Amino acid sequence: MAVAATTETGARPSWSGRRPSAPAWAGTVPFFAYVGVFLLWPTGIVVVDALKNPNGSWAFSNISELGDPLVRGYFIGSFKLCLLSSVSGAVFGAILAYAVASGNPDGMVRRLYLAISGVLAQFGGVTLAFAFLVLLGPVGLLFHASWYFDFPWGIGLIYTYFQIPLMVLVFLPAIDGLKVQWREASENLGASAWQYWRYVGGPLLAPAFLGTTLLLFANALSAFATIEAWENQIAYIVPQQISTALSSEVGLSNVNVADLLALGMVIMVAIVMTGYALLQRRAARWLR
Amino acid sequence: MASSPMTRTQDGVARTAVEVRMEGLSRHYGPVVALDRLDLTLQPGELVALLGPSGCGKTTTLRLVAGLEDADTGHITVGGKDITRVSAAKRDMGMVFQAYSLFPHMTVRQNVAFGLRLRKVSGAQRDKRAIEMLDLVGLATQADRYPHQISGGQQQRVALARALAIEPQVLLLDEPLSALDAKVRAQLRDQIRRIQLEVGITTLFVTHDQEEALAIADRVGVMREGRLDQLAPPTEVYSRPATSFVAEFVGLSNRLTGEVRGGEVTVRGCTLPLVERDVPDGQVVALVRPEAVTLASHTAPEPGPLVGTVIAVTFLGATSRVTVDLGDTTVLAQLSTSDASALPAGSRVTLTIRPDPVLVSASSEPAAAADEEA
Amino acid sequence: MAAVTALSETPAAASAGRPSGMQTRRRRRLNVFRYLVFTVFGLFFVLPLLAMARFSLEGAKLGTWSLSAWRQIASFQGIGVPPLLSAIEITLELAAITCVVTLVLLVPTMIWIRLRVQWLARTVEFLCLLPLTIPAIVLVVGLGSIYNRIQHYELSALMLFWVYVILALPYAYRALAAGLNAIDVTTLSEAARSLGASWFTVIVRVIAPNMRQAILNALILTASLVLGEFTIAYLLLYDNLQVELYSISRSTPNAGVIFSTSFAALLFAFVLLLILSYAGRLRRGRG
Repeated sequence: MAVAATTETGARPSWSGRRPSAPAWAGTVPFFAYVGVFLLWPTGIVVVDALKNPNGSWAFSNISELGDPLVRGYFIGSFKLCLLSSVSGAVFGAILAYAVASGNPDGMVRRLYLAISGVLAQFGGVTLAFAFLVLLGPVGLLFHASWYFDFPWGIGLIYTYFQIPLMVLVFLPAIDGLKVQWREASENLGASAWQYWRYVGGPLLAPAFLGTTLLLFANALSAFATIEAWENQIAYIVPQQISTALSSEVGLSNVNVADLLALGMVIMVAIVMTGYALLQRRAARWLR
Repeated sequence: MASSPMTRTQDGVARTAVEVRMEGLSRHYGPVVALDRLDLTLQPGELVALLGPSGCGKTTTLRLVAGLEDADTGHITVGGKDITRVSAAKRDMGMVFQAYSLFPHMTVRQNVAFGLRLRKVSGAQRDKRAIEMLDLVGLATQADRYPHQISGGQQQRVALARALAIEPQVLLLDEPLSALDAKVRAQLRDQIRRIQLEVGITTLFVTHDQEEALAIADRVGVMREGRLDQLAPPTEVYSRPATSFVAEFVGLSNRLTGEVRGGEVTVRGCTLPLVERDVPDGQVVALVRPEAVTLASHTAPEPGPLVGTVIAVTFLGATSRVTVDLGDTTVLAQLSTSDASALPAGSRVTLTIRPDPVLVSASSEPAAAADEEA
Repeated sequence: MAAVTALSETPAAASAGRPSGMQTRRRRRLNVFRYLVFTVFGLFFVLPLLAMARFSLEGAKLGTWSLSAWRQIASFQGIGVPPLLSAIEITLELAAITCVVTLVLLVPTMIWIRLRVQWLARTVEFLCLLPLTIPAIVLVVGLGSIYNRIQHYELSALMLFWVYVILALPYAYRALAAGLNAIDVTTLSEAARSLGASWFTVIVRVIAPNMRQAILNALILTASLVLGEFTIAYLLLYDNLQVELYSISRSTPNAGVIFSTSFAALLFAFVLLLILSYAGRLRRGRG
């Protein structure tokens, strides 16, 4: 679909306004500039910083600090937690997304749930941890869940609380992308509901599902705040080191620890996001 | 006309074409009546085309037969068996949708073999049959491509192969050509008809394109607002339309005032026979086909009821459509292009109306200019 | 947008006493499933909120009721404008600015990509999802130097919007993409351009009105993000709504205040968003 119609020589449609100037991608420069400055550059700074010694020289040996058993334990722990919450968030979120998607596209229910999902996806942090504590803790309003303080169950539940809405938000378009004709065609060819999901719907949604699960995983990784609150049962919001480091410019070693942790996470995220991008490519082609 | 039931073999077992009978089918959506007590019977091996404007109920009919929607009232019988309560998956029908129905994550071969896989046909058998079907539609070379790698016309052929692979009793086509380019449409249309005749399967074909319907059907059912206005072979629907809606929907019509007397109508001095004999005397509007109108150059200066001036000539290829202004009304004539070239815009012409039987309607409708088809 | 099943909500089967065919039965079963799902999930989401509400109304002894936790929100020390009110004001302004900048940044870019540079589409999508995965802390540390310098000039907390736009990208992008998918951007813009419209007109007067619902969704998501954001504001020592609520909760021994404050914030956000979404409904009704 050419934007400008081909014309005879000499007659140029006045609206094509083609000046032999900027290439098309120039129009996206504002966006890339903004994202570059406020997202990529800070991330880059942190990554680079973590690889540097306090005196400023390169120290790739810093990476080996990631192998430190304490740090490793920390990462393995958060890995378990993120896996649990992302899988459960993905599965339950998918069910909820299906329930929303299979209704009236213009209806109240859909809009309500989308709005709720939008709000609740942001709702994390201390208060959520405390709310669940009130519900399920020793003096629980609902009942006492003895497993609440076991890692990763209690915290996993809290994470799942905001993973599900995020799943709904991100996965819903994929379900919408399942064309009615596929369902009808498979039915016409003799497939039962189960067979449809097994041979058609499932495989088609699989890449998007996996991709979104990865996204949830990465999201969980970055939600540090809650973990501190849970562990300490006090209203700590962030690793104290980072907060102090920033506000009082205390010893650089502190900053490096923070940077390292951040670096480790960024690496994990990079791996996860690459996987997501690869899976999305396939999903997008089928479900567009 | 309905062909005699042809036999197809499947693993040596002869399968005969079946009759599809719809009785009293109704369907409504809230206050809107989509189908109003439809009665329609497809003879074994016949291809019936349902034709009509959007909203007339033709797609609803198809979907009811397929089982994709439930009828409010009525019965559907296939081969003597009442399938009204049977689920869509068990109805043993093959359906070709308008677009997008191929599974994008499967190759062409896998798509075609899908129905067989559901029926637990063994891998080798499946493959053989899939290739057979792809051969039938001429796409065996594309067997390992994905739907997004082949053209729209090819996709529809694959869809057809997929529908036929399961050896259904009935073939249903829901405007399969509407989403395709004009040239591809014509080719595919003929190919579908050829395959349908070869396989001998009872087929219901839904379209809003009258040219398609007339070209391939054994019988055409013209529908309007949930009802069948006429169900007859194409030639009859065209030349002996049962209602003015059919006359105006199928092909072009000139609307000319005339007077009925004694079983004939006189239009601007020409006497024409009537399609229906028992029309009461009086003023009417007669529907005259453009191809029934011939033109000749008019040299004499006197005017006449059938004398006018050419306003426009529309070139259609082998034929041309000439618009003539008769002073009080406009008439369309269809001539061969060579004849039309002798009568450019501005020429004075005399009209002759061939005495084909015409349909008339009450003259309360204003004698407007010739109507275009819907 | 295709629904997963063939029919949209069917009219009540009571009309014309239609026989229960396969499709109607299946539709009914689906609806049962759906409402079951909504109930279960609804409970799951609501219970913690109820717990918060209940706890915020807790009195000195367990089992009693008291409004003290709520009253403490309203009370203030010192002179001048109560810090909570100014925090609310700042946060609302932040939300507005963030919403506007996000839209101005994303909508033209996304439209332009659809029209001229489709090959960049995946890159942009990737970049827009990245903020979900990069921890706020990394952003804070990375941006710390810039913001430290800004502190020097004592610009207000409104400077936070630069970061908030980034945080909002994943959600806003999703919402806007859904809206763009539903319309034929190419045809609309070509038609407008051929009539002599400038690009500004195309975006603002032709495309945007056709994505009203999507833009509204993006606004809702962005606003709720800003209203709920704590980490970055806290770390950068700004005083937005959440930070202020946190300070209040820390300054009293009454644990319930934590809940009353957060519940108040949630309620506030919810009401605001409800109003926003009704604004969308009204405009739609008139069209």
